[in-house]
Amino acid sequence: MREITYLEAIREAMTQEMERDERVFMIGEDIGEYGGAFQVSYGMLEQFGPERILDVPITELALTGAAVGAALIGMRPIAEIMFMDFTTLASEQLVNQAAKLRFMFGGKATVPMVLRTPSGSGTGAAEHHSQSLENWFTHIPGLKVVQPSTPYDAKGLLVSSIRDNNAVVFVEHKLLYKTKGPVPEELYTIPLGQADIKREGKDLTIIATAVMVQRSLQAAEELAKEGIDVEVVDPRTLRPLDKDTLINSVKKTGKVLIVHEAVKTSGIGGEFAAVIAESEAFGYLEAPIMRLAGEEIPIPYNRMLEYHAVPQVENIIEKARDLAQLKV
Amino acid sequence: MKITKQQAEDYLLQMYQIRAFEEQAEKSYMAGKIHGTMHLSIGMEASAVGSISTLEPTDFIIGHHRGHGLTIAKGADLNLMMAEFYGKANGYCRGRGGSMHIADVEGGNLGANGVVAGGIPMAVGVGIGLKMQKEGRVLLAFFGDGAASAGAFHESMILAVLFQVPVVFICENNQYAMSFRTSDWADSAKIAEFGKLYGMPGTSTNGNNLLEVREAVQKAVEHARAGNGPSLVVNDTYRWRGHSKSDRNRYRTQEEIDEWKEKDPIVRFTEVVLKEKLLTEEEIEKIREQGYADIEAARAFAEASPEPEVATLLEGVYAP
Repeated sequence: MREITYLEAIREAMTQEMERDERVFMIGEDIGEYGGAFQVSYGMLEQFGPERILDVPITELALTGAAVGAALIGMRPIAEIMFMDFTTLASEQLVNQAAKLRFMFGGKATVPMVLRTPSGSGTGAAEHHSQSLENWFTHIPGLKVVQPSTPYDAKGLLVSSIRDNNAVVFVEHKLLYKTKGPVPEELYTIPLGQADIKREGKDLTIIATAVMVQRSLQAAEELAKEGIDVEVVDPRTLRPLDKDTLINSVKKTGKVLIVHEAVKTSGIGGEFAAVIAESEAFGYLEAPIMRLAGEEIPIPYNRMLEYHAVPQVENIIEKARDLAQLKV
Repeated sequence: MKITKQQAEDYLLQMYQIRAFEEQAEKSYMAGKIHGTMHLSIGMEASAVGSISTLEPTDFIIGHHRGHGLTIAKGADLNLMMAEFYGKANGYCRGRGGSMHIADVEGGNLGANGVVAGGIPMAVGVGIGLKMQKEGRVLLAFFGDGAASAGAFHESMILAVLFQVPVVFICENNQYAMSFRTSDWADSAKIAEFGKLYGMPGTSTNGNNLLEVREAVQKAVEHARAGNGPSLVVNDTYRWRGHSKSDRNRYRTQEEIDEWKEKDPIVRFTEVVLKEKLLTEEEIEKIREQGYADIEAARAFAEASPEPEVATLLEGVYAP
């Protein structure tokens, strides 16, 4: 199979869906001639024209609301918020409106929209362009939250998100944009709410999201050399969460390490841990559920400080090794 | 602006229905039959009816938290509307929305909204969608003077002009954003200036004069339908009741309220239709009685309607 980048996979999903369904359009800042801050929509203005690639001035709240309104009358908008940090400006329309309209109107409205946004640190962009806020949106009934870690998942999950009849927050990761992987040329879907076992193992489960999936896979290769067999599970969708896959993996291995980039306190890892603790997997646990996550700080500018603000491969190796060797 | 006898009857009936609905809402609340709160639009009937009378049935409105009048003017089923106010299972929103969230998406009413200025960004998107769908439909987007100071309004005006959406933005200036006196920063004429500033026609009306409201909105609707983009109309009016049930009226005088009651939009309209010999005193009285009877029937319907089943609590969060 041909290999393309995560970024190209996202662009291909949008392009093919726009070719297939004339209700699909894009709205966002600098998504036209500029091609998007990360070049995700590069070339799409030429193909679809300004009637379907809606480039807007700095209006995070209004552009998000515009997506909600268009969705309410049967269109299928894809809104791009340039950095996840700026979803704070868009959240009124996303949280109060997009998420609630259907329920509030007695199940008689649909809001089929996608809000795409890049999260994460590692680019030196510091406090205002590096946050991981995906857990905020998982707390809102009515939203779905998707966080792909590979080009293959990015395309299939984005196609599903566009076709979904609900508001989907599609969280991309900046450091993954240039990563390559096999992606079919034709359209395909990956169901929302379905986790994926990225690596099978028997000694320990790592549940990881976004770029931490890749780091956990690297860590697993290193640990394999020490005879520690790690299973890596990627939930892929944070809401709705595929609880069964998480639970079954922990039942198999008896130990679980949760790894994410967002700050640990009230992060999505707490939810993963609770899901496991509340399930029949509790009786299979051979050690406490452990979490490795972002430090309790904003993301700093300095390269070394930024590096140490979030889990790296060596941190995962160390933590996983300790857990694997822990005897309770 | 000339209207027919039929139009005079229709508009007067809707205004009386709104007045009667609001009075009934207050009574039901005082009798302990309603929980939560409500925002009454008594005194603002001409703004709702005059504006929405310009629409075709296939057109849309999107509203604000003081939305009972708008919903009635859009042709809502009064029984389903009152049932929703009572939180009943057969209400428009199955008892989930209540007073502040009554919607009838199929009927072109995209809903009242509990967040001030919450509907305005959505209005831009509805306009974008309507333009793409090329069916010549338009949207009236209502909000209050309280929303005119919010960032959402200003961002949305910019996008509305950028995409030349077929939307008429209608600010119902009832003089107070909860307790804040809007004239401390802007009167209706100044709010209308925002339209011109952002690049769309902006005009203000005597919002208690139904025919004046209708004329201004009609012009804006034709402008939108012809593909010439958005407009802003500011209807200068007044709410007789407090902001909500918590209001102690500490920020305004009884004299001021009484002055505005002298400018009752319903009385004003009846004077015009009498003068124009469109309706007689007897016909007006019959229409008034009809309006109140319609609401009394709706009250009885709502009170006899079933409560939602608790077993349905979790339904309707996600679309299949």
